[in-house]
Amino acid sequence: MSARVGIVVFPGSNCEIDCRRALDSLGADTTMVWHTEKSLPDFDLVVLPGGFAHGDYLRTGALARFSPIMDAVRAHAEAGKYLIGICNGFQVLCEAGLLPGALRKNSGLKFLCKWTELRVDETDTPFTRRAERGDVLKIPINHFEGNWYCEPDALESMRANGQIVLRYTDNPNGSLDDAAGIVNEARNVMGLMPHPERACEALLGSTDGTVLFGSVLDSVAVPVAAS
Amino acid sequence: MTSPAVHRELGLTDDEFESIHAHLGREPTFTELAMFSVMWSEHCSYKSSRVHLQGLPTSGPQILVGPGEGAGIVEVAPGVAVAWKIESHNHPSFVEPVNGAATGIGGIVRDILSMGARPIALMDSLRFGPLDDAHTRYLVDGVVNGISSYGNSIGVPTVGGETIFEHCYAENPLVNVACLGVIEHALMRGRAEGPGNAVVLIGSSTGRDGIGGASVLASAEFDEASGDKRPSVQVGDPFTEKLLIEASLELIRRGLLVGFQDLGAGGISCPTSEMTAKSGTGMRIDLDSVHRREPAMEPFEVMISESQERMLAVVEPRHLTDVLAVCERWELTASVIGEITDSATVEVSSAGEAVAEVRATALADEGPVYNRAMERPGWIEELHAADPGGGAPESLAGALLDLLGAPDVCSKHWVWEQYDHMIFLGTVQGPGSDAAVIRLPDREEAVAISVDGPGRLCYLDPYRGAIAAVAEAARNVACTGARPLAITNCLNFGNPEKPEVMWSFAEAVRGIGDAARALGTPVTGGNVSFYNETNGRAIYPTPVIGMLGALDSARRAVGLGWRADDDAIVLLGLTDPSHFAGSQYAKVLHGIVAGRPPEVDLDAERALIRQLVGNADLLHSAHDLSDGGLGVALAEASIAGGRGFSIDLPAGPTHEVLFSESPTRVAVSCAVDSVDRLLERAADLRLHATVLGRTGGDALDFGALSLPLKDGIARWSAALPSALSDSISP
Repeated sequence: MSARVGIVVFPGSNCEIDCRRALDSLGADTTMVWHTEKSLPDFDLVVLPGGFAHGDYLRTGALARFSPIMDAVRAHAEAGKYLIGICNGFQVLCEAGLLPGALRKNSGLKFLCKWTELRVDETDTPFTRRAERGDVLKIPINHFEGNWYCEPDALESMRANGQIVLRYTDNPNGSLDDAAGIVNEARNVMGLMPHPERACEALLGSTDGTVLFGSVLDSVAVPVAAS
Repeated sequence: MTSPAVHRELGLTDDEFESIHAHLGREPTFTELAMFSVMWSEHCSYKSSRVHLQGLPTSGPQILVGPGEGAGIVEVAPGVAVAWKIESHNHPSFVEPVNGAATGIGGIVRDILSMGARPIALMDSLRFGPLDDAHTRYLVDGVVNGISSYGNSIGVPTVGGETIFEHCYAENPLVNVACLGVIEHALMRGRAEGPGNAVVLIGSSTGRDGIGGASVLASAEFDEASGDKRPSVQVGDPFTEKLLIEASLELIRRGLLVGFQDLGAGGISCPTSEMTAKSGTGMRIDLDSVHRREPAMEPFEVMISESQERMLAVVEPRHLTDVLAVCERWELTASVIGEITDSATVEVSSAGEAVAEVRATALADEGPVYNRAMERPGWIEELHAADPGGGAPESLAGALLDLLGAPDVCSKHWVWEQYDHMIFLGTVQGPGSDAAVIRLPDREEAVAISVDGPGRLCYLDPYRGAIAAVAEAARNVACTGARPLAITNCLNFGNPEKPEVMWSFAEAVRGIGDAARALGTPVTGGNVSFYNETNGRAIYPTPVIGMLGALDSARRAVGLGWRADDDAIVLLGLTDPSHFAGSQYAKVLHGIVAGRPPEVDLDAERALIRQLVGNADLLHSAHDLSDGGLGVALAEASIAGGRGFSIDLPAGPTHEVLFSESPTRVAVSCAVDSVDRLLERAADLRLHATVLGRTGGDALDFGALSLPLKDGIARWSAALPSALSDSISP
């Protein structure tokens, strides 16, 4: 059976259609969910796509965390089901406290849309199980606020727990510890700044995004053993 | 009631005021005068350009909708129609670069949306003064920031364009923005049919921002006090624009609209009069119903405010509840502000009193038309006789590196990395390509788009320069393998009341018309921007051509970079070593813009395009020779392809063969065993073709001159970031 995937659409989201195309092409059964909904059907995976939720006014993700759907998103994660925040979705998850840290403006103080290379440093997550440790994935970024930061103590424990999953090989935005993608302690919630949905087709320059999406869809079919 | 001084302040001449009086048969109210001032402005009425634009070809089997609507509509694949249009936002971007450029994006996107098309790609054609000026750096930073923040936020990719630096644009930068959309469900028109139907204003609230944008900003020259006009620049809200896109497409998909038009220049005055004039109907508008962002606005302010992110819809009463519900779901405000009548008149009331009552056609169609005086400038003969600047350089290698590092030629990644150029998963070839190749959503087919405006050539000879603009745009599109289909144009000129400017305009339009006819690419519309002058100094005549082409398969698009080692490099087209007039070489090496550019041989251009399109399956790469000639083109193909080349230069003085800018030339590469077929086809088409050498290695090896590829890459990549790293000054 296809994995049931819910893609949450906030006013101002703009990568939801691309996420749907990429996930559909990998056999997922996707449904768009408007942010005013108060409950989520029984999804295996929920995606918070990129964009500018609520215009990113005030601060990226700061308003979206108050959208009505977010209580259901939190419950979905607390039930141990899979949740991915991509770009703006990552920012929303940090603001909502579902992932540690915060995303600051890029160190170069410019918006950046470019291809990046990401080293997979943790493979025992539902999102990276198709990769080998040290694999380098070519996936583009597209953000102004992708410079991830967290407190030193928290960073130590995240490193110890293997929560920094993807690292830039050539850090484009000043992100702490070169972090491009992280997971929560329970390893069922991932946030990443690069856009895997833009790297699922050779014609567009890379198929490496399918490693991440494919891993989580595999995990729905055959869950990873609890660590 | 009004006094003559008032109409002059609004930008109307005494004669125009008399004419308004005659139309009404009485004194205009102040609100009426304000409405006329925007609708009869140069920007909205095309009063100085119309007589010339009539000479452009506008029809063809591929053209579904020509000029006169929100955007032209072209059939690019069986059953697939796209909207394609370019517009200028020059003056606002000079006065307030961030919001000026941002609202330029917003405006063109709504033009595309008004046709029922989803905007899927943007291109920008930008021109500034030299980068050694701190204020220019401020403008570059601001304009790019404005495009980035607005375009990225609304989720439409910016897939290419051009960024050019000339002295003449220092105090009048050009910000031209083109947008491509694809009709999703139904073609919409700006129509106000069906008396009794409701008029619904959707989107942002109306405020005092942008009062007189069309008349005060866009239709007059600049001077030292131009900073005072900053309040005339609108402020953009891309978040609302994104919601407006989605809500509009849902309304159209569900068949809930009779007519639809954006509010841009001229505010509410524009769609109310234009839609009714086209439909032979009238409209009754109650200004008290317009949702506003500030209290105590005068009726005239509400009528001409250019507050952004607004659309006007005509809706049958039975669909009104559904329309309002869709808007509410998308968290947009929608107000019923009036209804369609059979009076042929736009009737406006405020606080229960009539404030305007004007025949729609008087506003929309019966504005003044000027056949302005024209005169060929005396200085142009001297300029033609002058040295075009093709003298030998001190060092060939130095000349090539200087050209690769020239601001017009160098890598523009500093600019386009700030733009989301990938969203929608359609960008098969993005910024830095000869033409962007955009796969159509859920289709195999693609379109190729390019914007080109050779200002130096148009300054030296506006007729020949305009032909060169069309030819280069078509060639760029054809390099990808796409068939050039249609043009949108943005005509940037000085003050049309000056006979020399008007002459250059007429010449340029004549050139566009001749080239468009010869290449079978009709003009679907566009925009005229006059008064690009500051303190009496005009910009170069700058017609920017946006070319649209079609490809049967996105997978077969040809790129500019070498694709493999040991491919053959073939030059298609003939090099005349004397072609240096207006060249990048003359500008960079000798600081000269002089001479007379050659006239493009449009028969040869057509043959070249046929070969590029017809032989696309053989070609591993194709790159147009333009700024910097053969030398720069081969270097660029190497940089893009990540490998060098080694060739023997054709006979002639080395620097002339390397850097001459003869038009109608393309450097292609193909497998060695395809060369004979390529040459045979060229012979059939009577096209000159020369095998130059092979791809591969790590040098730019021209025989007479050889440079490490990495040196070329270093100069080309570093030039713009380095020039922009200095301080900026508002």
